[in-house]
Amino acid sequence: MVSKEELLQQIAECEFTLIDINLFLDTHPECERALSDYNCYAQQLAALKKMYEENYGPLHNFGNDTSEGSWKWVTQAWPWNEMEG
Amino acid sequence: MFIYEKRLIFPVKIKKPDVRVAKYIATLYGGANGEITASLSYLNQRYYMDDKIVSGILTDIGTEELSHVEMLGAMLTACLKNASRDEIIKHGLDSWYVNHGTAPFLADSDGYLWNAAYVGTTGDPIADITNNMAAEQKARAGYEAVLRLTDDPDIIAPLRFLREREIVHFQRFGEALNRLQG
Repeated sequence: MVSKEELLQQIAECEFTLIDINLFLDTHPECERALSDYNCYAQQLAALKKMYEENYGPLHNFGNDTSEGSWKWVTQAWPWNEMEG
Repeated sequence: MFIYEKRLIFPVKIKKPDVRVAKYIATLYGGANGEITASLSYLNQRYYMDDKIVSGILTDIGTEELSHVEMLGAMLTACLKNASRDEIIKHGLDSWYVNHGTAPFLADSDGYLWNAAYVGTTGDPIADITNNMAAEQKARAGYEAVLRLTDDPDIIAPLRFLREREIVHFQRFGEALNRLQG
């Protein structure tokens, strides 16, 4: 199993790619190559996030992830509390 | 609406307090050309724009800037956390400490509080997108100044990431401006 930190890094890299392509598509909405890349990375991101959520807890609230067993949203650390590692 | 994602857009690992750098990060966070100004400017401008593409770029860059605000808030907190009394006084953050403890706050390194007058919104699309292009360049210059003032790799890596984003945003706003003028 991929470690929490490694998986978070993979999510960060994949989603960063998507943010950048998203901004490009905003001003180039007819670019087929960028759109194809966007859809491909979006599928990868969904798979990575699903793996993270199933193993390490929710990344989103407001009904966008489920929380099994207990309400982990507030019992797990916040990102700004994990900087010493 | 907005949905929070429980992670930083770029990892921040700061192992020890650094009050000197905290002052500079305060400017990048809550100064005139800081990330809070950028985010609120773009998110505020988007409502009146008639062009769907321009509204889109303002929404998306304004949202990304919120994640930059979060990075700098985390960095500012880490730089001030557990700082010694001597360091706080030596770097002139004793007044900050009296007002805000070691919490982040919306003020620059000269002590000027964040001001809504920093938010660029004239209601003229060309004036406002041009304002945003200048804002991105001023923010880039701010990152480069702070990068020249530190050797700490834990500070340098996230600031380099943020600096590069200013360049991409400048490019996208330039394309939005061309569209408005085309």
